[in-house]
Amino acid sequence: MPVELTSYTAALPEIILAAGAMVLLMLGAFGAEADERADRVGWLGILVLFVTGVALLSQTGTERAFNDAFISDPFARFVKLLVLVGSGAAIVLSFDDMRRAHANRYETPVLILLSTVGMMMMISANDLIALYLGLELQSLALYVLAAIRRDDVRSSEAGMKYFVLGALSSGMLLYGASLLYGYTGTTTFAGIATAAAAPGAATNLGLIAGLVFLLVGLAFKISAVPFHMWTPDVYEGAPTPITAFFAAAPKLAALALLARVLSEPFGGMEVQWQKIVIFLAIASMLLGAFAAIGQTNIKRLMAYSSIGHVGFALVGLAAGSEEGIQSLLIYLAIYLVMTLGSFACILAMRRESGPVEEISELSGLAETDLPMAFTLAMLLFSLAGVPPLAGFFAKFYVFAAAVKAELYGLAIIGVLSSVVGAFYYLRIVKVMFFDDAKPAFTTTAPYVRVVMIGAGLFVLLYAIYPSPLIDAAAAAAKSFSF
Amino acid sequence: MEIGLAHYLTVAACLFTLGMFGIFLNRKNVIIILMSVELMLLAVNINLVAFSHFHADLIGQVFALFVLTVAAAESAIGLAIIVVYFRNRGSIAVEDINMMKG
Repeated sequence: MPVELTSYTAALPEIILAAGAMVLLMLGAFGAEADERADRVGWLGILVLFVTGVALLSQTGTERAFNDAFISDPFARFVKLLVLVGSGAAIVLSFDDMRRAHANRYETPVLILLSTVGMMMMISANDLIALYLGLELQSLALYVLAAIRRDDVRSSEAGMKYFVLGALSSGMLLYGASLLYGYTGTTTFAGIATAAAAPGAATNLGLIAGLVFLLVGLAFKISAVPFHMWTPDVYEGAPTPITAFFAAAPKLAALALLARVLSEPFGGMEVQWQKIVIFLAIASMLLGAFAAIGQTNIKRLMAYSSIGHVGFALVGLAAGSEEGIQSLLIYLAIYLVMTLGSFACILAMRRESGPVEEISELSGLAETDLPMAFTLAMLLFSLAGVPPLAGFFAKFYVFAAAVKAELYGLAIIGVLSSVVGAFYYLRIVKVMFFDDAKPAFTTTAPYVRVVMIGAGLFVLLYAIYPSPLIDAAAAAAKSFSF
Repeated sequence: MEIGLAHYLTVAACLFTLGMFGIFLNRKNVIIILMSVELMLLAVNINLVAFSHFHADLIGQVFALFVLTVAAAESAIGLAIIVVYFRNRGSIAVEDINMMKG
């Protein structure tokens, strides 16, 4: 079968990114001293991400490639752009931390780029094979990233736990995919959509079992309760910049994939999946709110916080409407910024002896470093959903979409659990502003500050000019037919 | 008795369940977890090839080949992580993977 070159243009950003990662691997393997090589590869990695973003923005409409296995629509481009931002920020944050830990390795940015390729493949997947390959490309790079600090027992334990549970979830997802292939006779999403819309699909056990296995596999990847048990351990053990990356980019990609799978191939079985998604959302919101209360380690706390936020994002998905998808996208964008900002603050928590991770170490931060204390307080208020910060609007949109879809119970539980969740965020603010001061943290690298302040300004000023994000999300949500 | 699709699916389901229980019930060694993961993926391959034959459609076998490739990469990475862990901890017993609670 002759293949024309033009049929690859839909995947041009991914091709650029993959080729760029390969070139950087070569650049890193040869040449100067280790630290210098790592920095060079890191900055060039950001450049590659930027070029990929430009290639992404130059696409218009809906393009397809590889026999319809790959689709680039406004929805995909919106999430891909967010993922690129998350990956770029993770590379920026990793420089300083990795150098001080004497673990500055050029492999880190290369692996981040490779997992970003996987995420972009996932977001654009329009076929079960593409879905699986994208997911694995992402996951395999992430397992290594969790264990990247080879001499640290906690980092390698995080990698081990992530690997075992990740492999288990991939296995389940794959079993689901094989059942779907068996009962529909095709792996394309379009073919599955036809089969799922046919009469009798709702009672077809094979199809439903396949859907459930697929959902379980994806729920592992987004760490929705009850498939969240790996999250706190992996977040605590992995190096902090890598944790920031885990909390930001892969979650977005997996949620986008979930949204596409549920809206496109399984759009006709909404009654079946809606119950599962509602259950995942409620369980995640409640666990995120209650389990975080007793945490003393701030990275563990952020892990539970991220579980809760996945629950809120799933509320938008459960609505199963265009507004729902729009609210999900806005939620993801705002969550990304809040997470990156908070992790930049966590990275700034460092004394002469090394990084510190206990919440009590933040005590009296307002006296020693008021700008950082103020920024972190803003980000925490935003994560809690206090108006008029960005996090409030994110929650408002998803609950509004749920109410519009007449899921009143879900919206009420969501509001209540965000009230409970506010408690532990506010506790950190109290520790920073009203407890006795501890010695100041050592000075942080300027680019960590830039990420911190940038995220703080975004959550503070979002309310003034929200329309670009809302319009972009609205345009992206039109990609799906409801 | 002719061996049909249902028999293949049953074997695959049994293998898959064995693999899953191997991960959860195994209290000894991480290598066994790696073998269990492999068992799960191979069960999926039996499914895919059986369905592919049943539908007279090649896509299932293409999928199975991709799964084989990814499974190889996955066990390579799993073994590498186990080696790193062993260097730090001096043990790969499942009960020793407890530096962090949970």
